[in-house]
Amino acid sequence: MGRNGRPENLLAPPELLARAGIAFHHTDRGGDVTYHGPGQIVGYPIFDLREWKRDVVAYVRGLEQVVIDALAGFGIEGARLKGATGVWTREGKIAAIGVHISRWVTSHGFALNVDTELDYFRYIVPCGLKQPVTSMRMLGCMVARDQVIRALIRSFARVFERKMETL
Amino acid sequence: MIDVVMPQMGESIVEGTLTKWLKKPGDHVERDEPLFEISTDKVDTEIPSPAAGTLAEIVIEEGKTVGINTVVGRINEGDGAGAAGSAAAPAPAPPQPSPQADGAEPSRPEPAAAAPQAPPPPPPAPAATVVEETAGPLSPLVRKMAREHNVDLSRVKGTGAGGRITKQDLEAYLASRPGPAAGASPSAAMTTVPPGPTPPREVAPQAREVQPPPIRGEAPATRVEPMSIMRQKIAEHMAFSKRTSAHVTTVHKVDMTRVAKLRERIKGQIQAQYGFGLTFLPFVIRAATAALRQYPVVNASIDGTNIIYHRDINVGIAVALENGLIVPVIRNADEKNVIGLQRSIVDLASRARSRQLRPDEVQAGTFSVTNFGSFGSVFATPVINQPQVAIMGVGAVEKEPVVVEDAIAIRSVGYLALTFDHRLIDGALADQFTGKVKSVLENWSEEVL
Repeated sequence: MGRNGRPENLLAPPELLARAGIAFHHTDRGGDVTYHGPGQIVGYPIFDLREWKRDVVAYVRGLEQVVIDALAGFGIEGARLKGATGVWTREGKIAAIGVHISRWVTSHGFALNVDTELDYFRYIVPCGLKQPVTSMRMLGCMVARDQVIRALIRSFARVFERKMETL
Repeated sequence: MIDVVMPQMGESIVEGTLTKWLKKPGDHVERDEPLFEISTDKVDTEIPSPAAGTLAEIVIEEGKTVGINTVVGRINEGDGAGAAGSAAAPAPAPPQPSPQADGAEPSRPEPAAAAPQAPPPPPPAPAATVVEETAGPLSPLVRKMAREHNVDLSRVKGTGAGGRITKQDLEAYLASRPGPAAGASPSAAMTTVPPGPTPPREVAPQAREVQPPPIRGEAPATRVEPMSIMRQKIAEHMAFSKRTSAHVTTVHKVDMTRVAKLRERIKGQIQAQYGFGLTFLPFVIRAATAALRQYPVVNASIDGTNIIYHRDINVGIAVALENGLIVPVIRNADEKNVIGLQRSIVDLASRARSRQLRPDEVQAGTFSVTNFGSFGSVFATPVINQPQVAIMGVGAVEKEPVVVEDAIAIRSVGYLALTFDHRLIDGALADQFTGKVKSVLENWSEEVL
């Protein structure tokens, strides 16, 4: 649950979540509640925005672009929805975004559903929005996780004009 | 006292929500220590304190959204070490992300001349002092224009986002200001000219006093504002349509009981299975496509003295926007069942409201439906969406006492209004068409799930 999370968007009490095998945490990123689990690729860029643009909204739009470009390579048309940060498809939201910034340095980031078990999202109102959540698999895209990661890295490099290295 | 302001966290950002104060009034805070948190568009940002001292006052409480540069709190520099020399610092210094030149590092001052150990003074405010007294950020263009025309921007009313002064505001202000020739008494005008590097010849036109005397401080009786592009387009299209077609509206009363019962029975299941509600609109569109197939002239358009019959049945649905209207199109609507139509309606309407429609999704309609019933209207006379020749309006479906075989029964009743272009469609045909829609709805037999 993010900083702007409303408790009513958590549809089950923590005990019930625990029984479903879900741990509940408060975090210091922006945004409401979301679910993280297997089948998701979580990108957590630690990025000094002073080296790019000093613009937090441009950064979020950039993260969306990273995911949109990567999805395009797999034939999935991702899009923005005005007023609802994240990456959307016709079938619902495919990637969630929530960011924290301290002294222009970013943390948290995005979570892209590759073949996430979407049933878990039923315990919450994801990001406080009524729209459904989807995954690459739900959209008929069976792809190896590594391939998606590579596509995301390439697209991050392009959008933010960085050179990527493996540490 | 140092004002702590809502910082601008990016070019397009005009406001932020103060989500959390990290200090309480009376707490000591170091310069650059996180003081509060703000949130803009899913981004949470810690804002460092612009100075060392005691948090004297919280002006903006948690949860409030305010424009950038709004004072959110005040810091008393009294207690902290090294507050001494900073009295000369310019007053409202925004924290770290101040509107400085690109690439500058505002957090650490480069001039090492400052006394060692003492916290550095807040970064100096940018040079354009004339401009700084206004609320909201100013574009470089507006700054330049203001300088060139020697305008005191605190007199210009901003209409842009967050009260921002736009180029148009400035142009309007300049237009309302009398020209150099008209300037009545230059002496009176000289009084409030701000000092600055302005060419002296420009000073005279600052004659704002030539305005008519204020009428006891009342607001003016009228207000003029330009139409949005969308409003201009709608205005043009509506007048054009009324000029072009011979509008006639016929209204049929439809017993919707069968459909209402079916809808009542399955809407929960549809909500659970597909994630959207079920309205009457997809039933009406489904019935209308059956009638359009039977009466293709209603699905036609006029070109000069030719009639163009369309093979495809593409139904436009009118979607009310906050300040306007748009008619996205369900292509090949006759090939969709009720659920498919409902899905298209939900999708097109939500993307219309979030301005995400593609241009081709508002084109090639051959017939339109408007659902004013959702706003409570029983029936209305809609305007044809050119170059189409008919539009159907769906009124509110309400329970009414109705005479059925000489007994009074409660039925769900709604009115269907068909506005048609009498140039092409005669009343008899219009009523046959509407009668067909009515008959499909009253005798609904198609499975939905």
